[in-house]
Amino acid sequence: MAEIKRYDNRLGIWGWLGGGRWGVERYAYILHRITGLGILFYFLLHIVVTSLRAKGIYLWAGTGFLHQPIFELGEYLVFAAFAYHAFNGIRLVLVELGFAVGKPIEPVYPYKTSLNVQRPLLVCMMILTAVFLAIGGYAALIE
Amino acid sequence: MNGTRYWTWHMTAGVVLLFLLGLHMLIMHMVGTAHWFAPYGTEPDSLQNSLFRDGKLFFTVTYILLLGVALYHGLYGLRTILFELTLKPATEKTITAVLLIVGVGLFGLGTWAAVAAHGIALAGARG
Repeated sequence: MAEIKRYDNRLGIWGWLGGGRWGVERYAYILHRITGLGILFYFLLHIVVTSLRAKGIYLWAGTGFLHQPIFELGEYLVFAAFAYHAFNGIRLVLVELGFAVGKPIEPVYPYKTSLNVQRPLLVCMMILTAVFLAIGGYAALIE
Repeated sequence: MNGTRYWTWHMTAGVVLLFLLGLHMLIMHMVGTAHWFAPYGTEPDSLQNSLFRDGKLFFTVTYILLLGVALYHGLYGLRTILFELTLKPATEKTITAVLLIVGVGLFGLGTWAAVAAHGIALAGARG
């Protein structure tokens, strides 16, 4: 197998968290990763907790340990992270497949940036996220 | 290349999760739909409603499917983020092995629990 040429990660943590001049979409992507890591952390615990039901232990139901307001709040945060991650994920898949990024044009001066062409897609997805956050929040409040 | 293929699977898993986890969220968290599979009282996560869903084969199968797809999507995503640090090949191999063991282990645990809970719910319904 051919050896892969490797470069030092000179940007360090900024390489993960910095958007530079790439616009708000890049920061949406960074938040996508942060919410993804949060959901993954919750999910790994969720598997263990829900697997306990096979032994008759239901920590989330009735008088169970997890049936407390602080965990209800945490549950809503997981829901919020999921809603954001899902809608931004749809945007990322569409962009990766070449949708909503405009057609390639000749690089004729004065150059036009293609970075803002996908902005309406981001706005649509964030509106949908906000709607779901509101509905989920209402459900958490009346519970 | 394997990397491209795994990335395509990662995206595909994300689309599948949209439906499976979306359904899970509709059932557990959304006003107006949280009663779909919760015939006992108003709380979809009560003991009775949990047992009700565990007794349905549809939920046992989709729980296992959701478990596998979500583990792949999540752990491969974590691996991608970690690999951006330009690690040594040996470190990358170790990370891949650890994530694989964690993933397979948790998939085994969750699958066993889903199947066992299905049996418990059916036995309770009969008994």
